Amino acid sequence: MNRTKGDEEEYWNSSKFKAFTFDDEDDELSQLKESKRAVNSLRDFVDDDDDDDLERVSWSGEPVGSRTRPGSFQSLSDALSDTPAKTYAPELGRPKGEYKDYSNDWSPSDTVRRLRKGKVCSLERFRSLQDKLQLLEEAVSMHDGNVITAVLIFLKRTLCKEILFRELEVRQVALRHLIHFLKEIGDQKLLLDLFRFLDRTEELALSHYREHLNIQDPEKRKEFLKTCIGLPFSAEDSAHIQDHYTLLERQIIIEANDRHLESAGQTEIFRKHPRKASILNMPLVTTLFYSCFYHYTEAEGTFSSPINLKKTFKIPDKQYVLTALAARAKLRAWHDVDALFTTKNWLGYTKKRAPIGFHRVVEILHKNSAPVQILQEYVNLVEDVDTKLNLATKFKCHDVVIDTCRDLKDRQQLLAYRSKVDKGSAEEEKIDALLSSPQIRWKN
Amino acid sequence: MAAHLSYGRVNLNVLREAVRRELREFLDKCAGSKAIVWDEYLTGPFGLIAQYSLLKEHEVEKMFTLKGNRLPAADVKNIIFFVRPRLELMDIIAENVLSEDRRGPVRDFHILFVPRRSLLCEQRLKDLGVLGSFIHREEYSLDLIPFDGDLLSMESEGAFKECYLEGDQTSLYHAAKGLMTLQALYGTIPQIFGKGECARQVANMMIRMKREFTGSQNSIFPVFDNLLLLDRNVDLLTPLATQLTYEGLIDEIYGIQNSYAKLPPEKFAPKKQGDGEAKKLQLNSAEELYAEIRDKNFNAVGSVLSKKAKVISAAFEERHNAKTVGEIKQFVSQLPHMQAARGSLANHTSIAELIKDVTTSEDFFDKLTVEQEFMSGIDTDKVNNYIEDCIAQKHPLIKVLRLVCLQSVCNSGLKQKVLDYYKREILQTYGYEHILTLYNLEKAGLLKPQTGGRNNYPTIRKTLRLWMDDVNEQNPTDISYVYSGYAPLSVRLAQLLSRPGWRSIEEVLRILPGPHFEERQPLPTGLQKKRQPGENRVTLIFFLGGVTFAEIAALRFLSQLEDGGTEYVIATTKLMNGSSWIEALMEKPF
Repeated sequence: MNRTKGDEEEYWNSSKFKAFTFDDEDDELSQLKESKRAVNSLRDFVDDDDDDDLERVSWSGEPVGSRTRPGSFQSLSDALSDTPAKTYAPELGRPKGEYKDYSNDWSPSDTVRRLRKGKVCSLERFRSLQDKLQLLEEAVSMHDGNVITAVLIFLKRTLCKEILFRELEVRQVALRHLIHFLKEIGDQKLLLDLFRFLDRTEELALSHYREHLNIQDPEKRKEFLKTCIGLPFSAEDSAHIQDHYTLLERQIIIEANDRHLESAGQTEIFRKHPRKASILNMPLVTTLFYSCFYHYTEAEGTFSSPINLKKTFKIPDKQYVLTALAARAKLRAWHDVDALFTTKNWLGYTKKRAPIGFHRVVEILHKNSAPVQILQEYVNLVEDVDTKLNLATKFKCHDVVIDTCRDLKDRQQLLAYRSKVDKGSAEEEKIDALLSSPQIRWKN
Repeated sequence: MAAHLSYGRVNLNVLREAVRRELREFLDKCAGSKAIVWDEYLTGPFGLIAQYSLLKEHEVEKMFTLKGNRLPAADVKNIIFFVRPRLELMDIIAENVLSEDRRGPVRDFHILFVPRRSLLCEQRLKDLGVLGSFIHREEYSLDLIPFDGDLLSMESEGAFKECYLEGDQTSLYHAAKGLMTLQALYGTIPQIFGKGECARQVANMMIRMKREFTGSQNSIFPVFDNLLLLDRNVDLLTPLATQLTYEGLIDEIYGIQNSYAKLPPEKFAPKKQGDGEAKKLQLNSAEELYAEIRDKNFNAVGSVLSKKAKVISAAFEERHNAKTVGEIKQFVSQLPHMQAARGSLANHTSIAELIKDVTTSEDFFDKLTVEQEFMSGIDTDKVNNYIEDCIAQKHPLIKVLRLVCLQSVCNSGLKQKVLDYYKREILQTYGYEHILTLYNLEKAGLLKPQTGGRNNYPTIRKTLRLWMDDVNEQNPTDISYVYSGYAPLSVRLAQLLSRPGWRSIEEVLRILPGPHFEERQPLPTGLQKKRQPGENRVTLIFFLGGVTFAEIAALRFLSQLEDGGTEYVIATTKLMNGSSWIEALMEKPF
């Protein structure tokens, strides 16, 4: 019963084996003729096998034999069928007019031309590998993607995978169409096989990884991501994929824990600031923000602590400080903000330092509506005088503006600023006092 | 009906009429009353060629959007699905057909594929067991849709991705077919020029198609002198930059879809009480004022609007001078036109205000500064502070990607270290799954490592004079006004082709991707054109993979030059901008 592989290939590619086509169920004459021919050819070919043996499975695992049974009918649409041929349903017939000029002797190029015009014609007659490839080449030379795809579907069904891949490897245009087509119909398995065959390892890896987008369940998604680790990504991407997995793994732990804490209602931070959304599948920086918001003081040992995240994912200082600042400012935890920028040198002196520049600190604080006293403190730390003056003016840090003008001995600017402060305010008084002070040697 | 299509050098109403005829013929095939079920994406493009009235004349009584489940009730004989050939739409159609109430009156189903029947889709319908339910399954080859007197688009959103990422040439095939239709209506185009791999393919397809049609000689006197086919990947730079023309900015900020823009209603006088809906405006040359200002640099729009305002209010003041009955009568006869002008002016003043709010913002200025630095070749080889800030502040990912790609293109690829840095920042901030998008951008050549350690951009920039320091936004003398300094590469290629010819820039053409070529389509002697002295040539320029409004503006500028010598009609696979472009390249779940 079992054929050798060589036989199988020959079986599918041999031009001796003539198939039949019933394109019109009403045309009894052609039906008869065809079926007779088919039966005869079968007899020639499969001498001692019984009928059931025709219902066989090709090397790609798809049942392919049923269409060779006498009595089952074919239409163009069947010709495209990806599944074993079904019994012919009468309502699936095409409008009769389309059959009028039907002929069985079209060359591959005639066939392709007809397909291109959207007319009916069967591809099943092309049995030999040579004919099939000629069909493909005709289609490719027409550049009509619709027809190329139709021929590819036919080849995909009637050729074993290895031959299909081998032949397409030397036909790049058709190959690209097949890849596009497989992506479109979501035949991930064959697509991956193809990439493997072509040794296109990075595409193979990315294509596999892409599937995670369709997995909703976090546990399953995590497990799937695990299977991506070690796939042949570029060195850079490998690290990112590993991080992606680790991140989701963390998020699942944090989410379970925090959901529990929140519903228990015992933890102040969750009571005061109920979570707006789950942390699952959020980007790394968002996760860090979350952890700076809800888990800032935790020891490094816990999965949810910011420091732990920073270390695990090698988050650069700048990124870390920015995120922590935004989170703590949102909570109006000015003390934490202060600590973020305070460094002690070896003599024990404290110094303010911001890897992101204090102008950025000021912007972020302002965005989180920090009070003027706080803003002022950081505006003062901005080194560049122009930037400092601009920020101070923008955020109405009057004292900083006034002091800076004084230091610059810029009388004109101070005078101009006077109009921007409230009448009779302490600031106005301060400006007036300066302007009338005899001790300052104004530059203008 | 669509008079503005016939204002240009080539009467595009001829094309519009041809596609309308085809539509009527199809509708008449399905005799009796009908309902159309629309693939929503198609309603926009169809709106440009047919109003509801045309459909009504052909017994279309109801219209629905294609949705799952059951079809809405409609007492009609025919149900016609107007759809793009897409698998997911077939599933919905099948659902509709299968849930059809068997007890109700029998209705005939038909399906019209736009622009192309698809064997793959029909197969899907068959698998779902409904293929036989359709009496007519036809295609409507709406390949090129006339948008304006000088503008045609296929509105195929996936074309760039298919051509340059997937290597699927189907949209090129449609482009070639569209060009064959144009030639059938406007005569054979005697000369074809092209640059790029896809351009080469389309030219090949055209030549082949022509050979197959040899039976019928085209006896129409040619309207077009040249065809220029340009690959989008020859000029990846231009769409990434922010367009600075009026129309370009409307598109950048609000998006123009099928010549309509949806604008926030606040600045417009409400039509009725509580009218909080977005204001939808049609934008094309049918509106006189819009035709005048759309291609100007935005900085030149304000003064035109205020001049117009003065003219219109002066015109209204005229009523005081109208003393005699004759004068009053004349004034009144002008009123409708004046009122239309006033309405148009009010609308565009509002739009200009909306845009100005954006363009005067600090962030817009910063972004523009960075773009202009990149395009003029400053600091393209290191990590840019502004981009870093944008990522840190989580600005929209598309904005970030546009900038990073721009930097990459202006540096012929980024240094590996710089690229890795950006990649890492993007993935950590926006999510690791964007690895897939970054890979697509790399494959399309938009974001890639520099190979060979050589930056070709300066050579290209200098030879093609892409950066002009002295740009006049008010009264431009060069196409660089559309980006306030940067002259779009694609349009520069067109300009140089027309004068002095591409031979002068062979070196740069070799650096740019893909072959450049020239083909002639011989004409019978009777159809050969003898150009009158001073008569301009007409060039059809086809952008394969999309074109921006700023590029269109630059080409219109060239058409209007007194001694330009060439007028352009523009065709494309899609009207697009940098954001819609990048978005089409992003990976989404299946």
